[in-house]
Amino acid sequence: MEITAATAAQLRITEEEFELIKQKMGRTPNFTELCAFSGMWSEHCSYKNSIKWLKTLPRDGKKMLVKAGEENAGLMDIGDGYGVVFKIESHNHPSAIEPFQGAATGVGGINRDIFTMGARPIASLNSLRFGKLEEAKTQHLLAGVVHGIGHYGNCFGVPTVGGEIYFEECYHTNPLVNAMSVGILKNGTTVSATAEGIGNPVFFVGSATGKDGIGGASFASAEITEDSAEDLPAVQVGDPFQEKKLLEACLEVIETGAVVGMQDMGAAGIICSTAEMSAKGKSGMRIDLEKVPTRQQNMKAWDLLLSESQERMLMVVEKGKEQAVIDVFEKWDLPCSHIGEVTGDGMLRFYMHGVEEAVLPAEELVLGGGAPQYDRSIKEPAYLQKIKDFDVNAVPEPNDLKAVAEQLISIPNIASKRWIYDQYDSMVGAGTVSTNAPSDAAIVLAKPTNKALALTTDCNSRYVFADPYKGAMIAVAEAARNIVCSGGQPLGVTNCLNFGNPYDPEVYYQFTNAIKGMGEACIKFDTPVTGGNVSFYNQSPDGPVYPTPTIGMVGVLENADDKMTMDFKNAGDIIYLVGEARSDINSSEYLHKIVGEEYSECPHFNLEEEFSLQENVASLIKNKLVQSAHDVSEGGLFVTLMESSFNKNLGFSVVAGDRTIRPDAYWFGEAQSRVVVSVKVADEQALINLLDNCATPYTRLGTVTTGEIDLAGENWGTVDSWKDKYDNAIGNILKGHENEAALSAL
Amino acid sequence: MKFGVVVFPGSNCDRDMIGALCDDLKQEVIPLWHKDKDLSMFSKEDCIVLPGGFSYGDYLRCGAIARFSPMMNSVIEFANSGGKVLGVCNGFQILCESGLLPGALLRNAHQQFVCKNVFIKEEGNPAALKIPVAHGEGRYFASEEVLKSLNDNGQVLYRYCDENGKLTDTSNPNGATEAIAGICNEGRNVFGMMPHPERACSNILNNEDGRVVFSKLFGLS
Repeated sequence: MEITAATAAQLRITEEEFELIKQKMGRTPNFTELCAFSGMWSEHCSYKNSIKWLKTLPRDGKKMLVKAGEENAGLMDIGDGYGVVFKIESHNHPSAIEPFQGAATGVGGINRDIFTMGARPIASLNSLRFGKLEEAKTQHLLAGVVHGIGHYGNCFGVPTVGGEIYFEECYHTNPLVNAMSVGILKNGTTVSATAEGIGNPVFFVGSATGKDGIGGASFASAEITEDSAEDLPAVQVGDPFQEKKLLEACLEVIETGAVVGMQDMGAAGIICSTAEMSAKGKSGMRIDLEKVPTRQQNMKAWDLLLSESQERMLMVVEKGKEQAVIDVFEKWDLPCSHIGEVTGDGMLRFYMHGVEEAVLPAEELVLGGGAPQYDRSIKEPAYLQKIKDFDVNAVPEPNDLKAVAEQLISIPNIASKRWIYDQYDSMVGAGTVSTNAPSDAAIVLAKPTNKALALTTDCNSRYVFADPYKGAMIAVAEAARNIVCSGGQPLGVTNCLNFGNPYDPEVYYQFTNAIKGMGEACIKFDTPVTGGNVSFYNQSPDGPVYPTPTIGMVGVLENADDKMTMDFKNAGDIIYLVGEARSDINSSEYLHKIVGEEYSECPHFNLEEEFSLQENVASLIKNKLVQSAHDVSEGGLFVTLMESSFNKNLGFSVVAGDRTIRPDAYWFGEAQSRVVVSVKVADEQALINLLDNCATPYTRLGTVTTGEIDLAGENWGTVDSWKDKYDNAIGNILKGHENEAALSAL
Repeated sequence: MKFGVVVFPGSNCDRDMIGALCDDLKQEVIPLWHKDKDLSMFSKEDCIVLPGGFSYGDYLRCGAIARFSPMMNSVIEFANSGGKVLGVCNGFQILCESGLLPGALLRNAHQQFVCKNVFIKEEGNPAALKIPVAHGEGRYFASEEVLKSLNDNGQVLYRYCDENGKLTDTSNPNGATEAIAGICNEGRNVFGMMPHPERACSNILNNEDGRVVFSKLFGLS
């Protein structure tokens, strides 16, 4: 078979890249070798269109225990000799085609990234985006994705403790499924993804390899079209029971001291793990592919190199300690096969029954090595003009605020996500503090220490669409605000950058500006970006999705008892708004969903103002002056007050502090940097004294009631009736669909 | 008394159960591996616990494979000779599959996995306990005949209720027959329940109602 630029094109390698490969190899590669480059130089593995910009993010910090991007996940010190390992990753494209398996294997993959470093996963979160919930397609995708996440996470035994979900038309064809996992390890026990020590044996452990998921990495690097269903074999199939065994076996085998390095096999399978481990260890490998356990016949070398079969690990073992490894995997009834050796010449040599199939320079395949790095052209998107042209004064003030509020509380983006999270085991591990004490970020015990972790994922992508720079800042700020309102100290960030086609200059404008905003905010909050994932090509023939740079943030509480909760505690407590009320309805759920305005500016945000708000809220909490703290986000002040009411069935009686602000903006606007707190009467003066010494403005809104809702002098009924609307809005839309969903997922 | 907690390869509540028994309830606990058989260190006063999880993946009926494991053979023998056995969630499913408890656990009526706090009450005691559930197949089912004997012999340990101790349709999370959440055998030495008391034994989690369950079953508090 003659290898030409046409062959390369079929493997999604450009002509320019094909020339580069020939140059790096010093010859024309054979088909297997070209397949290896196709996987490794795909957007998904090489970050070729993003890495230059990613390097501009703050990637250093004194609590970082491994460098950003150096290992499978970020690792930061939480004190007491323990570290937190965390990462977020997308599985958008597989989920668009096969929502159940796509989402399930997303959960499986991100958890492997955590335990391959030697950490036990203790919490999962997810960030999801779908089209309009009323659409049958969305309901199918949502049911499949939720079932897939639950199926995998519930069996694997890691609690799903938090996340976010939005429904917007732009995600109709291309939903986003971002999964985050968080683990704990004892400092000094980290396992690196490296191949060192010439002659050390290379082991393949975990599930047998099949043809599933071949080309997944390059599939994830293309746009979703009507023909994408034909790419079904590119979607992997997950087996959470196998992964649970793999987790226990890997953690046990690390304790034997026999492991030199380990890396999970995710995108681009064996070729990726052998190349990355060899490049990192400045070594090479000789691999006998026929020794890889398979579950299908007639697998070719390229099938074996690129298969993305799940629940597999590559492990380099200290020579002479092989038996200890074999014993552990036998105990857990998992395949474990000695497939090759570490070599010293930087080359990967793959054999099949003694016949040489591929010889590749490891360094040339990987990110940071020979993989290409591009900077794409940028053009300000045309739609931004429509945003600038928006005139808020053209939006009439509503006559009936209560009617608007009733609509707002039932919008799927705002209503309770109970229908979704009840399907996830959120309490396995007996460490989820926020189940019985709800807070803005999920709080999970960091056993065996007395500390706790505050975890959140955040991104309002409509804000990013309106202003990529400021919107990405808001995503970081909101994540930090959620952690601060929960009593935690923000520690670090993992990001999942979901964008459209990077070759579209308007998309690249969104991407680069979002990176700039994110970087500035991360510096301000001292939360370095420890790693993450870029997912481009999230678009359909109708255009790209909203730019969605999801922030996963981890915070620490020195003691779990330091937590702050979001719910009102006692009738009679006084309610304060900390932060400035503004006449701003831009990009709010109210303006977008109820008024129906697609184009408006990003809501008010100022990084310095936000930072001092968070400092002041943190000191209110630290001084034990507040009974509850809850940040103002989607739906504005009214929804924040309602959300604080539901848990204990308490109500509120409030009036607007500033009558010059238009009422719809006061109650439903989404200007940033605001937190609602409640305070005991006895502590009110101390709270005022503290806030008087701060730059942050504050307003006394009213009092907590036994259940009546009273707004601006009008009685709006009881909290029960609002709770009913809030709790059941999503379920009501999905009614009648549930049985079909359960069946289709199986 | 002491406890043995069986670890199947897919158990995922074994560590929680061991943590609750050791750390919260200050009991002696010995982990048991599913491939082993030896229970000679346990007497009738002791209790073997089958924890929650997905014992062997549960791709077949939940617990259908686990009942054939070497350790389960010993547990069945232990129970038949009067030793105490507690099965929680997947453990309850295994006990029903192995015939140590009557009835079966079917797929939840709404066809979805459910995880949330629910309330349960003892027969004749109106006090509702808040205990989490987390299962896809927890709908207790038994023939009329079996239900009658369970009721006649006082073998129903817990029923789902609302926070005021009332049995309502909405307080039954899985559609269980007669809102049954947990039962025991006629000999009152084998106990099974879907809710997870081990997830509610610590004040740091703001819920210690699980202690009431362990207290009722074993006199621990």
